[in-house]
Amino acid sequence: MKYVLLLKALLVAALLSSAVASAEGRVPVPHPPEAKGEHCVLPTAEMRRNHMKYILHQRHETMHEGIRTPQFSLKGCINCHAVKGDHSYAAVHIDCFECHASVPTDTAEAKRLRQPIEAFDTRIEAPKGN
Amino acid sequence: MSDNELKAPDQSRRKFLGAGAAALAGAAVAPGVSLMSVAEAKPLDQAVSDKNRWGMLIDTSRCATGCDACVTACNTENGLHRTEHPKTDAHWIRKVELQNRSTGRRVALPLMCQHCENPPCEDVCPTGASFRRADGIVLVDKHICIGCRYCMMACPYKARSFIHEELHDQVEYAPRGKGTVESCTLCVQRVDEKGERRDPACVEACNAEGHKAMYFGDLKDPNSEISQQLSTYESKEIRTDLALNTGVRYRGI
Repeated sequence: MKYVLLLKALLVAALLSSAVASAEGRVPVPHPPEAKGEHCVLPTAEMRRNHMKYILHQRHETMHEGIRTPQFSLKGCINCHAVKGDHSYAAVHIDCFECHASVPTDTAEAKRLRQPIEAFDTRIEAPKGN
Repeated sequence: MSDNELKAPDQSRRKFLGAGAAALAGAAVAPGVSLMSVAEAKPLDQAVSDKNRWGMLIDTSRCATGCDACVTACNTENGLHRTEHPKTDAHWIRKVELQNRSTGRRVALPLMCQHCENPPCEDVCPTGASFRRADGIVLVDKHICIGCRYCMMACPYKARSFIHEELHDQVEYAPRGKGTVESCTLCVQRVDEKGERRDPACVEACNAEGHKAMYFGDLKDPNSEISQQLSTYESKEIRTDLALNTGVRYRGI
């Protein structure tokens, strides 16, 4: 009986691991570089859903009134996040980065950041087979 | 004693102190040359206001023929690069050489957006993308620019450029892109910076070269170096006949 139980356990484990393996193979999984810093400017759930609204609001204030507070500045986003790669994974086409730099410039930090972001795009693996 | 009576002497004291500080700040070491001017930038969360008007004075007698330090500095600061089509490359600032045909006298000067008080580009813009900020800086809101180029035709100074090709290497504080018009921003990113105000890249480069042909400052602050220069010495707008009241003035043309 003991052996049967052990065999069952092994079988389940094998099945599970093969399921995980096939999921990684068929579905492209992003490996975005970890965002820097301890936390975002607002709770993550809020930012995930509404970041575009905050940025749009700030856009007008910055452009027309010269208000350049760092909290919702696009520059702040790109300092921490791999914005371009994240949006292409979500299949969202936005025009922001036609004009705005998607990585910080002029700093050693920028050069460091550029590397993983380019690497990130190629690390979205195509489905295997077929 | 009522409250009003108490307040009155306080205010006069404040005024006296304020005047003293202003006099100290604008202390002149020689006619037209001030020791320093109060150049404190506005806080980041405050909107620009018409209390300032940013402008530039260019002394053509100090502008060296053949020197293009201002142009190079502008290109570096704002991420302007050559493309394979030089005829349509963006220029925010150009070196122009003029010659008086009768006397043969040559003058070199940098020419860029003149930041008019009544900008023709703003007048003709169908979407409101061309606009003049409260502090006098004329800009293009590329978010709403449709690339029609009416402003380029309206500008008497030929100061604007259209971007024909996709760009990939913009700097983070100077967004630029295909299908929009752009021009000199008086390095608005520097003007809005917190802490001590920095001069635009062209002015900084001209000073670094030792020519000191360009002054940048607040035309509405009587103690600023530019205001003192303008009030002391002769200067001109280009195309005064158009009554645009430009923010960029020239000396010696």
